[in-house]
This record gives sequence, structure tokens and C-alpha cells, in this order.
Amino acid sequence: MMNLAVYAEQQAAKKEPITSKSTGISDGRVLTPGVDTSHGGILYLDSVSVSFDGFKALNDLTLVVDAGELRCVIGPNGAGKTTMMDVITGKTRPDSGTAFFGQTIDLTRLSEPEIADIGIGRKFQKPTVFTDHTVFENLELARKADKHVWPTLTAKLDSTARDRIAAILDTIHLAAESKRPAGLLSHGQKQWLEIGMLLMQEPQLLLLDEPVAGMTDDETMRSAELFESLAGDYTLIVVEHDMDFVARIADRVTVLHEGRVLAEGSMQHVQQNEEVIEVFLGR
Amino acid sequence: MTPAFVPVRGPFGAGALPRLWSGRAWAFMGAAAIVLFVLVPVCNLAVPAGNVFHVSDYTVALVGKIMCYAIVALAMDLIWGYTGILSLGHGLFFALGGYAMGMYLMRSIGHEGVYQSDLPDFMVFLDWKAYPWYWTFTEHFWYCALLVVLVPGVLAFVFGFFAFRSRIKGVYFSIITQALTYAFMLLFFRNNTGFGGNNGFTDFKRILGFTIAAPQTRVALFMLTGAALIGFLFLGRAIVSSKLGRVLTAIRDAETRVMFSGYDPVYFKLFIWTLSAVICGIAGALYVPQVGIINPSEMSPANSIEIAIWTAVGGRGTLIGPVIGAVTVNLGKSWFTQALPEYWLYVLGLLFILVTLYLPRGIAGLWLRRPS
Repeated sequence: MMNLAVYAEQQAAKKEPITSKSTGISDGRVLTPGVDTSHGGILYLDSVSVSFDGFKALNDLTLVVDAGELRCVIGPNGAGKTTMMDVITGKTRPDSGTAFFGQTIDLTRLSEPEIADIGIGRKFQKPTVFTDHTVFENLELARKADKHVWPTLTAKLDSTARDRIAAILDTIHLAAESKRPAGLLSHGQKQWLEIGMLLMQEPQLLLLDEPVAGMTDDETMRSAELFESLAGDYTLIVVEHDMDFVARIADRVTVLHEGRVLAEGSMQHVQQNEEVIEVFLGR
Repeated sequence: MTPAFVPVRGPFGAGALPRLWSGRAWAFMGAAAIVLFVLVPVCNLAVPAGNVFHVSDYTVALVGKIMCYAIVALAMDLIWGYTGILSLGHGLFFALGGYAMGMYLMRSIGHEGVYQSDLPDFMVFLDWKAYPWYWTFTEHFWYCALLVVLVPGVLAFVFGFFAFRSRIKGVYFSIITQALTYAFMLLFFRNNTGFGGNNGFTDFKRILGFTIAAPQTRVALFMLTGAALIGFLFLGRAIVSSKLGRVLTAIRDAETRVMFSGYDPVYFKLFIWTLSAVICGIAGALYVPQVGIINPSEMSPANSIEIAIWTAVGGRGTLIGPVIGAVTVNLGKSWFTQALPEYWLYVLGLLFILVTLYLPRGIAGLWLRRPS
């Protein structure tokens, strides 16, 4: 794996940083190790296009997310929400355009594990946990650590790690289930476990694809509280269909349609946008 | 009742969740060690033939051979049972280890071959005047022992690197491994490859100066094989109970989540794949002096499939299960091929179907509970 510090320097020397196009909700900058957020933004997608067999999943998508923000992304099916996450996490390479994490880290040149390692965590639409492992072991495996083969073979769980796991177990309301195999959890609990695994990775940026799908109202509400408490320390991008949920938690909402940004701003603002009304209500 | 072999966690994980083998499992291992290292040697060497307690040379050879198979099944369990990668080419690594040992055994024949030449009979037959370059140093035991580990290891590493990096998975990987062992079988069938063609190596005389047919040598090889089997059981247990072992199982269950958790599955797969191949090579090296022959049929696709059957019958992902599977199936095979030779393949096929349908966790699943 490439030494990221060296890599970041090379990139900085080569490339003029993209200036923030954000109107800037957060004035304060969140100082984070690894990723350079000195211009306020933590994620810069610039003119990203991806097409599959002629279908433009992303069409000149430009999006800037500020550090510490809780951004919701909404849009009809096929708007490109999942593809956007694929580009950010290295699963899909853009045909054109750039994707930068902070000022210096070019995401299009890193592999999925490398991107996870520099601090981007992703929750899938369908909850993906290690079903044969206990809840505790799921969190243990996700924990930020040297994840090469040899250190993993000889890894020992110290008390700091146990405390950290215990704290996350409380956060995701699964302390009582810590010894159960994850496969036996309810759908909503799996969603939380996956979020807990992301938190164990100590990421800077969390991408959450439909995190409250399949949750009860009570669980949804507790999730909203959780995400609101995370914003600020972390940057969150939440893709969600549940509009009430989005209205409740979002600082800013980005509306995607046909692979590009249709509107962006507060929930109220985008709800009054004529184009958005047209796309969502089909008028 | 506590199960004997709870799927294990432990030593490297430093008591993350200390679920070790239970007391009964340790008692079982102790009993196995006494049988292997005391009872069988004594009953074979010291008890005269005809006595009720005499263990025949035939039995020693048979059990020794089956223990080699059990080691292979154990290696298969690491890659298939725990990591979810079905190899249908493990017979190749076994055979390569066997051939590496066979080279040393051929060199040790000396002038006692049919043609009383410096060269093995098959080379004389081909009218070769000298050993080919790749036979250099093979008269040294240490060098061949090195080959036993390196040849399967390097081949597996290179093959695995490209296969795993290209993200070849599932049935595609299985088919490619099957093709690999088939290709090697064809290569080794050629006389000009320099490994004895379809006859392979046989008529060994001695190993490290000891007469290979002597009962003492056979018992020593038998005990060595037993020690290797127990040693690899402990090694396997240490690996699957480490954090790395949990990553392997995680790769089996949700590889994308492993990737997005920051682990590169390529290197984890490569580690266990190469280790598994090396273990197979060592098993092959122990097998050849005991059965006295190695030929390309060991590389036939059917052999590799049989390894998968032992593992499935015994119980994947349990370590001890595949050992039991290899023993059960091979005892059955040795009885059937004497009593009803033409029915063995049907029985094997039926066994595989029945186990898959009714015992998805194999024989070991009868008494192992799921970790919960």
C-alpha cells in the first residue's frame, strides 16, 4: 500500500487544489489527521461522469460536501445515488471528472481498502455484516488498526480496544446482543451494527445508503438522534427515501436527477424548487 | 453436554472470546497421540504376528496413508471451509510435494536399479546420459525437503496472486484450479518431462540410509505422519482462532464488507491459499515413501474432487471434521475396493449427495453446535 503522506504531497505538488464551490455552511474547519480540509470541504466531486453501456448513471456531477456537515442526498430511482457512492469508495472508476477527499487525496487512484483506510466508511443499502461472527467480533474486525496480513495474525485485543467496542455497543444499542451471531439480528439491528462497524473504523466521512430502511418508527427516531449527534465530529452523507427523516436531520439536501444535481439547499428550499416538484410529482 | 470441538477461538486473539477446545477434545487428542506413538508401534514391532494384539504391516501402511489424506483434508478446510474458496486442484500440490520427495528417493536407489546405472531406470530407458539441470542437488535430502515446501508454495503463490487479484471467485476459481491440475497431469505424463512419465517414481530402496521396506522405517514414517497431522491441527486451530482467522471467515461471508472495512482480501486469500498448498505438499512428501510410488494419476481431476468430498463429508469449517471425513471415506474406500470394487464410485457419489442434503455440516455437525 502506498504511503499516503508521501502520496498526498506528490498530489499537492502536481495539482492545484480545487477551490471550494460551497456556499459554506460551516465556517469553522474541522482539523482532521490524514485528510486536508483546510478549505472547509471534505469531499469534492467535479464533473464526474459514469456510463454503463451508454446509460449515463452520472452525468457531469459536481458536488462539494463540507467537513462536519450532515448532507442528505435524495432523488428518484436511477438518479445515480448509489453510483455516486461507488465512485467515492473506489468501486467504480469515473469515465471523466475528479473525486477528491479533502484537498489532496485523489480517490480515483485508490483501491477500496485504501479508501476505507484513509477514513471513508460506507454502509450498503442492504445491511452487510459478518453473519457467522458475533456482534462483538464484527466490531472487533472493523476497528481501526493495521489491517495487513501479519499484524492481523498476531493482533491482540487490548483494554483500550475493548472499551472502544463497549462504547460503540452502547451507541448502537446492541450491548445486550454482543455475543449473538450477527446473522440472528433483526433487520434494523443489522443496520445499526453496520453503522457501528463504520464508527469503529474511525472514519472522517460516512456514506450511509438508506440507513433507516426497514427500521421501526422508534428505531428510526433513535437513528435520527444518533446521526445528529455524529454530525460535526464526522461528515455524513445520507441517501434516504424517507422524506420525514430527511427533513428532520438534514443540514442541506442535494437532489439528484438523471446523474446530476438538480437542486441543493435546505429542505424547504429544495421543496419549493419547481424542477424538483416536477421530478418528484411528475407534473 | 458441552461439545468436544467447539469451533475454536483463542490463542492469538488473546482471549478475545476464549472458546478453546473442551476437556473432552483434549482427552481425545491425548488418546490419539498414545495410539499413534505407543500402541501402534509396539503392537506392530514387538507383538509377534499371530497374536491378537498384533497390528499388521498392511494396517500400518494403510493408516499412515490415510493420515496423509487427513492432512490434505485439513488444508482443504482452511481454504474452503473457513475462507469459502473451493479448490479443485489440491491434488496437484499433494503430488508436487510427493514428486519432490520422490526425486530424493530415486537418487537414493543408487546402482540398484534394473540397469545398474547412475541414472534412474526411466532415464536409461530414454537413453539420457546425465541428469537434467532441475535434478541438480536432489541427491541431498535437505534440498528435496526444501522443494517439498517451495514448489507447491511458489506455484500456489503465483497462481493465487493473479487469480485473486483478478477477483476470480466461486465456481470460476474452482474450474481454473481443476484445469491447472489437469494441465500438470498431462505435462507429467510426458516421458520427456523427466519425471518418469506415466510410471512416475517407484522401486524406492532407502531413505536417509534406512531400508525403506524395513518395519522400523515404516513405523517411523507412520509416527512422523501422525505427528504432522496433530501439528497441523494445532496450527490450523491457532490460525482460525486468530483475528486473521476471523477475517478469513468474514471474506467467506461478506467479502465487500471486508474490503470496505480496510482489509485487502487478496493478501489474506493468498496467505491461506499458499499455506494450504504447502501443507498439501508436506502430506504428499510423507505419502510417497509409505506407499512406495508416485505417478501423474495423483494429479487427475478426480483425485482433487475426492479431497473436496472428504472435507464436505467430515464437516467444513471445523478442522477436526475433515480429518474424520478423510478417515471415514478412505476406510470405506479400502473396504469397498476389495469387497465390491465396481460399486465404490456409486457409493462415494451417493454419500456426497446424502451428506449435502441431510448433513450440511458433515459428520462433525452431528455433535458440534453452531457458535452462539
